[in-house]
Amino acid sequence: MSNELELSRKSVPLIEKFVKNFIKLSAFGAILISIAIVLTLSTEAINFFQSPEVTLKEYFTATRWTPTFKNPEYGVLPLISSTLYIATIACLISFPIGLFSAIYLSEFASKRTRKIIKPVLELLAGVPTVVFGYFALNWITPNIVQKFIPGTGVFNAISAGMAVGIMIVPTIASISDDALNAVPKGLKMGAFALGSTKRITALKIMLPAAISGIIASFILGFSRAIGETMIVTIAGGQYPELNLDPRSAMYTITSSIVNVSLGDTPHGTTAYNALFALGITLFLMTFILNLASDYISRKYRKVYE
Amino acid sequence: MKGVTLNMENKTSSKIDLDSVFSVKNVSVNYGDFVAVKNVSMEMYKNKITAFIGPSGCGKSTLIRSFNRMNDLVPSAKVSGEILYQGINLYDQNVDPVQVRRRIGMVFQKPNPFPKSIKENIAFGLRVNNMTDNLDDRIEKALTQAALWDEVKKDLDKNALDLSGGQQQRLCIARTIAVEPDTILMDEPCSALDPVATKKIEDLMQLLVNEFSILIVTHNMQQASRVSDYCAFFTTKATEDGRRTGELVEYSDTKTMFTNPVQSLTEEYISGRFG
Amino acid sequence: MNSIKDLTKTNKEKAPKEIIFLCVLYLSISIAIITLMILIFDILSTGSNRLFSDYEVGLVTKQQINNPQDFLTSLDSRDPLKAGIGPAFVGTLWLMIIVVFTTFPLGTGAAIYLEEFAPKNKLTRFIELNLTNLAGVPSVIYGLMGLAVFVRLAGFGRSVLSGGLTLTLLILPVVIVASREALKAVPDTIRQGALALGATKFQAIFRQVVPSAIPGMVTGMVLGLSRAIGETAPLIFMGALTYVNYYPDSPLSGFTAIPIQVYNWIGYPQAEWKNTSSAGIILLLVMLLTMNSIALIIRNKFEKDW
Repeated sequence: MSNELELSRKSVPLIEKFVKNFIKLSAFGAILISIAIVLTLSTEAINFFQSPEVTLKEYFTATRWTPTFKNPEYGVLPLISSTLYIATIACLISFPIGLFSAIYLSEFASKRTRKIIKPVLELLAGVPTVVFGYFALNWITPNIVQKFIPGTGVFNAISAGMAVGIMIVPTIASISDDALNAVPKGLKMGAFALGSTKRITALKIMLPAAISGIIASFILGFSRAIGETMIVTIAGGQYPELNLDPRSAMYTITSSIVNVSLGDTPHGTTAYNALFALGITLFLMTFILNLASDYISRKYRKVYE
Repeated sequence: MKGVTLNMENKTSSKIDLDSVFSVKNVSVNYGDFVAVKNVSMEMYKNKITAFIGPSGCGKSTLIRSFNRMNDLVPSAKVSGEILYQGINLYDQNVDPVQVRRRIGMVFQKPNPFPKSIKENIAFGLRVNNMTDNLDDRIEKALTQAALWDEVKKDLDKNALDLSGGQQQRLCIARTIAVEPDTILMDEPCSALDPVATKKIEDLMQLLVNEFSILIVTHNMQQASRVSDYCAFFTTKATEDGRRTGELVEYSDTKTMFTNPVQSLTEEYISGRFG
Repeated sequence: MNSIKDLTKTNKEKAPKEIIFLCVLYLSISIAIITLMILIFDILSTGSNRLFSDYEVGLVTKQQINNPQDFLTSLDSRDPLKAGIGPAFVGTLWLMIIVVFTTFPLGTGAAIYLEEFAPKNKLTRFIELNLTNLAGVPSVIYGLMGLAVFVRLAGFGRSVLSGGLTLTLLILPVVIVASREALKAVPDTIRQGALALGATKFQAIFRQVVPSAIPGMVTGMVLGLSRAIGETAPLIFMGALTYVNYYPDSPLSGFTAIPIQVYNWIGYPQAEWKNTSSAGIILLLVMLLTMNSIALIIRNKFEKDW
């Protein structure tokens, strides 16, 4: 070790260069994945729309989705309607349950109770969707839906919607809980100091303060409901025509993607390309919803800074 | 109050034997457009303890971090003026900040040992600086110099986080001196410690100063008067936009500063009328 | 006029409106919990017999079935009492290995770059934005992308490799976020302490910060993995649904996985398949529970008390 004042630059060892480049590439890979998704979906979707049997008009206006039939029809309307229908049923269930659970956890529950219930919700969040599908078909349908709602078929939108709803509850609950906890404690304390009850404080002070995060969670939940595949495939059935009766089968965008690939459709056929047209439709729907959710949670978060 | 007073007149004869370690000329440090400390000029001397004192917020920590180029880590930080270290401009283009930090070590306010064994804490600095020959001897020497060897020699593999606060800080001093710097910067090293641990470190400083030059930032006036040879007193001054910029008010040897300060502001601080 | 007596007369929190509201809250949380309990109970009651008890099958030639070994090692069959999850189980294990070996380096690497090295500019923000969006993309879309990119473009075909790589992309955003959190948890004074000793940024990050963050990163990996093995939709496009009744022998071989096999069984009409599907689900849930417990143990044992 020389005692001279060595203040010149050292050279960078090779392994450092390698690792630095590797981690940089890994991070940029995120962009690559997005590009890959958009590209693959669009190219095949464009092929689809360019096929002779398909017109954009038919895609958006026809009321039947039967790509594998002898005289195929390519109307996405029934699929979109079913998707929105089931997603709405799911949200009607999950929004109140999720929100009230969040209010309970952040405003009413003791620390000990929170410690027990939060893991339970995380457990619910960890259940694979195929299990929920099984549950919807084999338990919800016979024991709840068919018992109380006459005329319900084995495959129906109500059971599927309920199961999707329960599946989303942890998402809504945990994001809303975070939003409520992010509200400065001073607001709550001020309300209590004026003699407000827990209920009034929760509903009139905390809820409005956290509303942006809560709405963001709703939008996100709706997006997840739309993108949900296995539950609706298992329990929702296949009925490729426009159907507004939730007691019978409903065919969503996701289940039609799954079902077409079941038949081992060969590459290059219109039916194969149709998958990607559906894919890009689904992607756009969820993408817009996710952006909206992100925007709302960001835009209104600044209020407290 | 205008400018800075360098109260060096009393040190005529001893000034000749003093080697300058840091030569600071009109140094200011900005964070973006906020001036944290303005226009500091002073000399710091070899094998002496120099203390920066003054109320909080006057840029003392900011200033010493520019002495080992730690301010480089803050993107908006900009150091203007000249800091000469043994004649070399620390901010010259050719100077490698990584090397600077080995030569000019730093001990932080809150002890920050690595979550590893005592041995590994010291070995890390030695390894990154390619000083791995006679590793065990070097480790023992560093711990001895830091007055920690007897307390830990039985179990060097113990996790550093299991040591007491005072011991952790001495460990941080040990790992700093293990890489053989010339100067040690100490940023309020005792403020997180109890009085007993503080005394141990102050005693340690008196031993270390024989080999190293020490610059200490301290909140504690009495500590400065106890340990330091030279004192630089800083304070803040309000600027037009309502923020406060740090300035050097007076710099002199400790005895003079505490018995016969030149600036009235210094006198007020020393006697506790503000701070 | 309010008097002091009012203080003791009524408890505002006990008024009817408050009680009703509290009941609504309890009801909500109960529905969520009770549904989970019913689900677990139903699956256990229909599946545990099938999974654990021994019995004989066959009308003419009797065959002894000893569970759970036979269930775990047998091939699929037309007979719900003989059908086993062997190939699917091994397929899932293959997937897990592929996922871990690709996701861990990529995910932790990206996290380290984003958290410690990336400049705070628009490009970095763009990467982070992409990651947030990717986390919200439905899994079936990843399947379509995997079909186009891995099965066809890269030429891996309908193989376990394609499946594993597709799952990697699916969980990568999740793993990256978890790893970043682990890195954020390391106090800045550690970085500063290392730098002050004359370490380069690379040395400080990789020799002090990353080792301290490893437990959190491993936890994140395990949690991502448990999500991956429960996924069905993306694997459907890997041909995993066509009747695969063999053990995969190479990364490019065809395969099936536990959730896929269960999905197949759910679709069969005969009543006994219900039990078989449940048995498969129990296996899946046990695997998930084990993995999450491991993650929890790692977190509790190695999490540093800064």
